Amino acid sequence: MPPHVPLSAPLDRRAAIQWMLTATAGLSIPGTASAQAQSAAKSPIPPITAKGYGPDPDIVKIYNPGDVWPLTFTDAQRRTATALCDVILPADETSPAASAVGVPAFIDEWVSSPYPEQAPDRPLIIEGLDWIHAESQRRFQLPFPDLQPAQQTAICDDIAAAKPKPEHKKPAAFFKRYRDLTAGGYYTTPEGMKDIGYRGNVTSATFDGPPLEALKHVGLA
Amino acid sequence: MPVISAEKAQSTYDVVIVGSGAGGGQTAYTLTMEGVKVLMLEAGRSFDPATEVAMFQLPSHAPLRGTKTPDKQYGFHDSSIHSGWDIPGEPYSNAGTKPEDQFKWWRQRMMGGRTNHWGRISLRNGPYDFKPRTVYGAGFDWPITYDDVAPYYDKVEMLIGVFGSNEGLENSPDSSPGVLLPPPKFRVGELYAQKHAPKAGMKVTPIHRAVLSVPQDAEKIPARLHPGNPKAQAILADSMRGRAPCFWATDCHRGCSIRANYDSQTVHLRPALATGNLDILPNAMAREVTLSKDGKANGITFIDKTTGQEGHVKGRVIVLAASSQESVRLLLNSKSTLFPQGLANSSGKLGKYITDSVGSSFSAHIPAFEGMPLHNEDGAGGPHAYVPWTQHALNRKGELGFPGGYHLEFNPGRHMPNMTVANGAERLAGRSGTSYGRQFKEDARRFYGCRIGFGAQGTMLPNDGSFCEIDPNLKDQWGIPVLRFHWKWTEHELNQVRHQQQRIAELLEALGGHFSKPPETDPLKAIRNGGTVIHEVGGAIMGADAATSVTNQWSQTWDVKNLFLADGAPFASTADKNPTLTIMALAWRMADHLMDELKKGNI
Repeated sequence: MPPHVPLSAPLDRRAAIQWMLTATAGLSIPGTASAQAQSAAKSPIPPITAKGYGPDPDIVKIYNPGDVWPLTFTDAQRRTATALCDVILPADETSPAASAVGVPAFIDEWVSSPYPEQAPDRPLIIEGLDWIHAESQRRFQLPFPDLQPAQQTAICDDIAAAKPKPEHKKPAAFFKRYRDLTAGGYYTTPEGMKDIGYRGNVTSATFDGPPLEALKHVGLA
Repeated sequence: MPVISAEKAQSTYDVVIVGSGAGGGQTAYTLTMEGVKVLMLEAGRSFDPATEVAMFQLPSHAPLRGTKTPDKQYGFHDSSIHSGWDIPGEPYSNAGTKPEDQFKWWRQRMMGGRTNHWGRISLRNGPYDFKPRTVYGAGFDWPITYDDVAPYYDKVEMLIGVFGSNEGLENSPDSSPGVLLPPPKFRVGELYAQKHAPKAGMKVTPIHRAVLSVPQDAEKIPARLHPGNPKAQAILADSMRGRAPCFWATDCHRGCSIRANYDSQTVHLRPALATGNLDILPNAMAREVTLSKDGKANGITFIDKTTGQEGHVKGRVIVLAASSQESVRLLLNSKSTLFPQGLANSSGKLGKYITDSVGSSFSAHIPAFEGMPLHNEDGAGGPHAYVPWTQHALNRKGELGFPGGYHLEFNPGRHMPNMTVANGAERLAGRSGTSYGRQFKEDARRFYGCRIGFGAQGTMLPNDGSFCEIDPNLKDQWGIPVLRFHWKWTEHELNQVRHQQQRIAELLEALGGHFSKPPETDPLKAIRNGGTVIHEVGGAIMGADAATSVTNQWSQTWDVKNLFLADGAPFASTADKNPTLTIMALAWRMADHLMDELKKGNI
């Protein structure tokens, strides 16, 4: 055991077991649930030991995820995170997919944060990614990134529902939060800003007010 | 004379100022331009707005997309450093236990103080605001009238550069001709609110903000501000020519490297340093005002944060501009046999009558904005318009249940997206569950920029339950005893917040707004905690009577003739106007009086 085992480790483990039991409820093969629960129990979410960036960081510098504190996702979690980001915000005619602008790494940075506001997201997101992984295996015998789009959607629809089944309640909370983080991560990039319709952050000699077509749009011209 | 380290301080100065923000900056400017030798102490480090602010950085350039954290409580790119309501090593305490009885104290430990970070909203207090007892039968009348301060409002506005317009509003005074810079054009949301607000009995007018919409007139203004002083005129003209007008991009809270924004360093400290009459000592945490045997203030004891050593500087006059509660703390901690209850506290009123703006907010989705033709709405990095208080007739009838009033601030537009920009898109689209995929992308585009929120800021008159004192047990990391706050809302503030919530809802309805929940009817849930609007003032209020106030009308303490205050501490109450402009006007007026008294040999 490392010297600073977090107090929350047993909770994380219990939570992981609970998620797994939920995921496999109704599965007809005896023994699988406990086997998966055991494998989850072997990898509790590691504690955060990094510090924040402090009250006087270099605010002019450009940062990337991992620059200020270490990231958390395992390879499998990163693959799942990437695929899920792109199901949520796929590429279309006008803009790239979420993974193409670094959103998975941002979410990893978010759940690796040493600050209290992100702390509840850490178990929710990491356990949620593990749940998606296990659920893909259970339903389709493949990891989530390797599923057909319709298979990925089948899982996401279940946990995006307004009234999810009891066994999907916790995965649904994960999906809502993951969707919001994906959207936030995406629309704060240059590509995302362009897509949503933000046209600012450029200097101008004058401020001319709204164009005529905007005024007409709201009945002001 | 420059920014110095402790060992470079001269043996004595004419004036020692504690604090480099709006009040300290204005005082240093006024005095040094007239040849007075000044030392300024600043508790934080030097900070250069020209090179250290992150103007164009995107959220994706910052950790956590720039969201607020305990380390940067207004977000990563905000120009507040070593700042916040909670600073490690610098605690304070609250006597009250209920959430609504808590006071939150923002400190900004950096050169220029809070002027680096603020909305630059610069509204004048009106005649009623100086005489609340006379007008509303509550609070305390200030010992001065609007007419006493009006010339200084003009001067400060000309110096710092304020855009806006004269609207002839009751109790929201006009500036003199030629003082204001032209207001920027309104954005769609501001024009739309202007058209529809009258349906709710409100009006939308240009706001006043300390941002240069055009270059300042470096030919004329210096002669108006410094008649008969060619050196000061030349320095000011040079300073004005060094400021660029707004380039209509980036958030003013980040600071302004082109100096279009007012901040203390850009406008006050640069010309003050250019006179050769100012030394600034950063990283100096003031501990105590020291006294000579005859009961005059003669210096400041401070902790040099770079070495941890205690130091002392001397001056003929001491001006405290450390921010209202920090100045109060300094005085309460300056105990002596002459002043056992704290310096300048023979009235027992030191620490009493703290006020903040009365704030609440409410927002709605405006369907009319959906599908807006795309365009750049950045503008002057903050609001161009606001809703002034106009219900003075109801005040006069006594029907409102609260004195004074409130104005509404709003900043509509297609702002730089943040982490929450697409949240709730499915709800607006009438979809259930959590949207994702192509549909979600379309919804996000449709609803971006369609929200308007109004934030109210209103009058708070002093009450006996809102005050601070020295905590008998707690000290900060420098060993300096800290403040313990007491906070109480009265029926006045709670009635006002009820009114705010109701009226904002009516306004949003007039705009065709859809709200996801009704306006809050419990005022204790709607009201922003004491201190969180960061307009806290008072604690050393000015008055006409030495028995019931701490300073006279010149912000000069009754007890110690050569001790002055130049921040919000002498405010006898909070108007519905943001306090910074008034802090500067009072500081300039105080500094003029101080020089008169020095010339007459009275100090």
